[in-house]
Amino acid sequence: MKFTLKIWRQNGPHERGQFVTYEANEVSPGMSFLEMLDGVNQRLLTQGEEPVAFEQDCREGICGSCSLVINGIPHGPDQGITTCQLYMRRFSDGARITIEPWRARAFPILKDLVVDRSALDRIMQAGGYISVNTGGAVDGNVLLIGKDQAETAMDAASCIGCGACVAACKNASAMLFVAAKVSHLATLPQGRPERASRVSAMLEAMDREGFGTCGNQSECEAVCPKSIPVRFIANLNREYLRAGIVESGLPSESQSPYAESS
Amino acid sequence: MRRLDSKIPSGPLESKWDRHRFSEKLVSPNNKRKLTVIVVGTGLAGASAASTLGQLGYHVECFCFHDSPRRAHSIAAQGGINAAKNYQDDGDSVGRLFYDTIKGGDFRSREANVYRLAQVSTQIIDQCVALGIPFAREYGGQLANRSFGGVQVSRTFYCRGQTGQQLLLGAYSALCWQIERGQVTMHPRTELLDLILVDGQARGIVARDLVTGHISAHTAHAVVLATGGYSNVYYLSTNASGCNVTATYRAWKHGASFANPCFTQIHPTAIPPGDAHQAKLTLMSESLRNDGRLWVPRAPSDYRSPGDIPSADRDYFLERRYPRFGNLAPRDIASRAVKVVCDEGRGVGPGGQGVYLDFSDVVEQQGLEVVRERYGNLFDMYHRITGEDAHQVPMRIYPAPHYTMGGLWVDYNLMSTVPGLFVIGEANFADHGANRLGASSLMQGLADGYFILPYTIGHYLATAKLPSIPDDHADAREAMRLVAARIHRLLAVQGRRTAAMFHRELGTLLWNHCGMSRNEGGLTSALRSIPTLREEFWREVMVPGSGESFNQELEYAGRVADYLEFAELLCHDALHRHESCGAHFREEYQTEDGEPRRDDGRFAYVAAWEYREGAVPILHKEPLAFEFVPPTMRSYQ
Repeated sequence: MKFTLKIWRQNGPHERGQFVTYEANEVSPGMSFLEMLDGVNQRLLTQGEEPVAFEQDCREGICGSCSLVINGIPHGPDQGITTCQLYMRRFSDGARITIEPWRARAFPILKDLVVDRSALDRIMQAGGYISVNTGGAVDGNVLLIGKDQAETAMDAASCIGCGACVAACKNASAMLFVAAKVSHLATLPQGRPERASRVSAMLEAMDREGFGTCGNQSECEAVCPKSIPVRFIANLNREYLRAGIVESGLPSESQSPYAESS
Repeated sequence: MRRLDSKIPSGPLESKWDRHRFSEKLVSPNNKRKLTVIVVGTGLAGASAASTLGQLGYHVECFCFHDSPRRAHSIAAQGGINAAKNYQDDGDSVGRLFYDTIKGGDFRSREANVYRLAQVSTQIIDQCVALGIPFAREYGGQLANRSFGGVQVSRTFYCRGQTGQQLLLGAYSALCWQIERGQVTMHPRTELLDLILVDGQARGIVARDLVTGHISAHTAHAVVLATGGYSNVYYLSTNASGCNVTATYRAWKHGASFANPCFTQIHPTAIPPGDAHQAKLTLMSESLRNDGRLWVPRAPSDYRSPGDIPSADRDYFLERRYPRFGNLAPRDIASRAVKVVCDEGRGVGPGGQGVYLDFSDVVEQQGLEVVRERYGNLFDMYHRITGEDAHQVPMRIYPAPHYTMGGLWVDYNLMSTVPGLFVIGEANFADHGANRLGASSLMQGLADGYFILPYTIGHYLATAKLPSIPDDHADAREAMRLVAARIHRLLAVQGRRTAAMFHRELGTLLWNHCGMSRNEGGLTSALRSIPTLREEFWREVMVPGSGESFNQELEYAGRVADYLEFAELLCHDALHRHESCGAHFREEYQTEDGEPRRDDGRFAYVAAWEYREGAVPILHKEPLAFEFVPPTMRSYQ
């Protein structure tokens, strides 16, 4: 197979970027998209040119490193996968393929297709955890957690932090990312004591980093490699509203032993 | 001759760790604040250690080469984590987990370490639940378990097929908390390129900022390496492309002994290699062997499609050879059995490199729905990569390099032969012997990071003489100079071949001569070829761009350069071990029916190699005494 690639090249965060066209020849249908790019880079290297910088690591769709907008869609045309899980048999021979980095104010471009996603880490540092020390935890079976509840938490927890949701959103919102973590921890009894402070802190951090707000277009769900549904954003909004009520000093609705001391 | 003091506490096995913890010196809270610990790597071991040390009050400087600590390769572990909880009441206990691990490791690991690992395994699950890990649950709300290769109890806890991801994100979240509290300073996109030793103690690292290319020295009171394994020395492996040996190899050159490097695990169930452009092998979780049956056609060159081959013409070779464990035989045994049938010309798929992993029986017995729930994501993954639907036709699998039991030698306190240099997780050699059981790497990484290192490092910090040193100490400046010179040297070659070409060539060489089975002739020829390849690399490699910028090819070339040296150590170790044990199979040492022949009389020791510049490394032996589990022929038949 042969392809014509239009790839975004940019030397650094403060330099101007541009599309450069490359040919990818001798591509086999069983090659992954990244292996196809490896091939292009190997050729560029042997021609004495600088290869195209892009991020990748596990190549099995779980580390969240790879991050390409392919023909306008983060992670390419198929749903529920990352770029590294996209195979060339998905494209027709001779196709033109446009490859861009994630584009968002909160994700400055470092080089070519590599962006700085550390804003997502800072959101997590603001509250994406349960504050328990190592040691002294009670037996794991002391907390009974219903299967459905555990499955819902797992659905939310499967976020790989790739940032495709941000790249797909007109507002460059990180709401789905935040919603996934907030919902994961708020669904489980262990996460309840810090439920209110967590959602407030994470959303404040999201605003601070320059991400926009949700426009209810569900583009994020469509590109999410783990198919995390937007109902978690609804849940995030509910958690936020609830946190407002808790912080206003009204009694919390929950009487469970894991309720906040408000 | 270097003395290897394993510092194993005396006394009964069950109370060694408790008594050791009591006898360890503690650092007072006031003094912890004045102590800095460097942690390199943020996988399960590194992230759990860094967060726990931060929580204890130490100042932690934590480094990873990824853009975020959450991306370390622990994230890719699928199947689960073992713990001796005995929630299933099926006869499990700390003693049994200990026994299984010692036996699974083919009697090449330390009893005291393994017993401690089994002891803290139960705490790990509790800790992970407290952190909010969404483990699979039963309808009644209790934690669910499944069974895994090499054992006869169900002790594996799991989060669908993403257990490593969830455990890592838990450790990452704990790390985030300590970063927020100011206890941990995180340095992402920063790669360790050398250690700084002052007066023989590990006192810091030299690191390169992968965005700006800036090289800097970071000093501390102790250094912890949690930098993972070296399976990528084979080029094609199940590891992420960034995984590398650089940190541990650099430490080796500074005097840290490297133990049992030839114990490299080849995982039986990966998707078979496709074409020459392939960059990695994708693992299919071992948990598939709980329900899938491995088979090949009984006769060589049987090209019928699998559905047309009646069961009389099928050879369920694991069930035949190992009736007691069947398809759940340990990894090393399963991998070799696959190799044997493929070498007999009975392999299936392109190049005869593959065997069937068939789910039709379990689908018939338990229904498609059950199978989908258990393995849905794995079937999807298989479909995406191969274009085949494993519900319709059996999967094809083939072994792939996956994990390295070998690593830097550490004592019971997880300290290497360099004072102040601690090594945890896959990067050390300690607990898995010659073969690791499934779902045990997550257990070991978290045991080291959450529960063992935070104690043992305290004793070192409380007792060692650690004068304060500035970041621009003469030894730090010298280490920085050497790192800069090496980068300059890589860029200056300006040859015609890419680093990947050398890496692939090295990988093929090792896979052929130091892979699933080894022999003297092959290893000797590899030891002749590697230096030649290395010389070619330094004459012919091409690295574009400069050192003062974001330069992925430069990062990669540096790692390949280290692999080209490390490969020799791997082969020396494989050559010297005149026995077959665990993952190390020497063709000269096998029984008549092809089972490995271990030699406890001559080789019941840890082979710890010491670096010698320009010469063959020196072998030191740490004898292994088995007081509690007498070594037996490891039989799964």
